Amino acid sequence: MNASKRRPAIVGTGQSEYTKWGGIQDRSQFRITAEAILAALADAGLTADDVDGFASFSNDGNEAPVMQAALGVPELRWSSMVWGGGGGGSCAAVAQAVAAVDSGHADVVVVYRGLCQGQGRRFGQAGAHRTHGSFTAPFGLFAPSQMLALMVQRFMFETPATSDHLCEIALSSRANANRNPNAVMRDRTLSREEYFASRWIAEPLRLFDCCLETDGAAAVVITTAERARDLDRQSVDILAAAHGSGPGWNTGPLGAHNMPDADYASTNNRRIARELFARAGLAPGEIDTVQIYDHFSGLVLMALEDFGFCGRGESGDFVASGAIRRDGSLPLNTSGGQLSEAYVHGVNLIIEGVRQLRGESCNQVADARTCLVTGGLGVSPTSAIILGRS
Amino acid sequence: MALFPDIMPRPEPNMDDAAFWENCAARRLAFQACAACGVFRHPPSPLCPACHAPETRWVDAPGTAEIYSFTVVHYPSHPAVREHLPYVVAVLRFDGIEGVKFVSNVTGVSAEKLRIGMKVRLWWDDIGEGMHLPRFRPAQ
Ligand SMILES: [Zn+2]
Repeated sequence: MNASKRRPAIVGTGQSEYTKWGGIQDRSQFRITAEAILAALADAGLTADDVDGFASFSNDGNEAPVMQAALGVPELRWSSMVWGGGGGGSCAAVAQAVAAVDSGHADVVVVYRGLCQGQGRRFGQAGAHRTHGSFTAPFGLFAPSQMLALMVQRFMFETPATSDHLCEIALSSRANANRNPNAVMRDRTLSREEYFASRWIAEPLRLFDCCLETDGAAAVVITTAERARDLDRQSVDILAAAHGSGPGWNTGPLGAHNMPDADYASTNNRRIARELFARAGLAPGEIDTVQIYDHFSGLVLMALEDFGFCGRGESGDFVASGAIRRDGSLPLNTSGGQLSEAYVHGVNLIIEGVRQLRGESCNQVADARTCLVTGGLGVSPTSAIILGRS
Repeated sequence: MALFPDIMPRPEPNMDDAAFWENCAARRLAFQACAACGVFRHPPSPLCPACHAPETRWVDAPGTAEIYSFTVVHYPSHPAVREHLPYVVAVLRFDGIEGVKFVSNVTGVSAEKLRIGMKVRLWWDDIGEGMHLPRFRPAQ
């Protein structure tokens, strides 16, 4: 662990209300994003005057220099955005904030995401330009659900994972969301029968295997440990952050589908996992709760294997044992995740990780000291962080 | 008649993959290999990732392929497929074309019969304006 005074910590989180797709029409996407950032700063006990950096990902439409002016941030010293589609960059944006703070390029960096899909194009919408769109769209491969279904199908061929195991991911996420007053699905229970009766989206993925489409904004504030000590609010240490991609992934399932065979049915996170645990000085068994990017249930199973919480092919048995439920050995997506809380491209998962380590989750894990959060799985690049209680 | 209606997105060739689509227009499915070291690559790219040579040769794919993975698509993400649900998108591999996976459609098969490892045969779909797309149906 890095013991320097510049060791980065998360000191504040903020979010807008979360609604289903198109639900926020009274304020602009940019405005709710700015409001989430202000909420995160207020949570930290900071103001816009303290901010000197922004980091986001995946072609964020809320441009950092515009945000700087809108919030009256006096000086911008860091602005960065991570390549790639989807939420692969959510934890990578934290990694960039960590790099900025750790190196002294900036002192207070805000990682943010905001989207109101009724106001612009729908995220992941067919017809939007993709680098290798010519090799997917003419064949009817348009949406991430279809693209990643191909990986999940192969995963279910290579391992004993079944639809029952996908169902377990969906059900435990929903049960967690039913206890989260801010979750889009707080009032909607889900049964095994309803899961199996739900319509196919792209086999083997049913409706409830796919994340929500959400309007909302979320932000976290990162600064140095030294600065964090002077603030009133409990900070959360970033024990490790990593982002990247394996060889030959290219645009991955979003276009190329030409990943190496050994990697095809994977989250593209095995290398990141090794680096992440080594940097944090922790083993998977020392993680108390996980917030795993759940754009599609099948990728969560793959992640449990790729991050070493169980062996290859063992994720089905692992989740069937009840391990990922709120009272299990590895409570997973305790806010309801993107399947049932909100789909804010993973930043809502980072916020839930912070809540767990502050002891503020609606599904609080007793004495949680460590939490692993991942960015978008099975895309390129992808990312993850390990948070620790200060 | 083409598999999907005219509003279906068409390939939009660029300088790095135009040769692939020119071959398709001539009903030839061929993959790019390095002329210097022979390593295949897909989608097409300007330099060999192994030796960085820019010279390429185009190697004909066999007329049959094997399903590496597949999905049966039930949700219409584009108006062009609305009347054609469900349809099958597959990732295919070809004997002798080492390391290349290719996305296409498998037609003429019910969802229950599909399986990974199934052999499929190439057919050319005339999508008009001189372009043909490689699609597949069960080999038997
Ligand atoms: Zn070469």
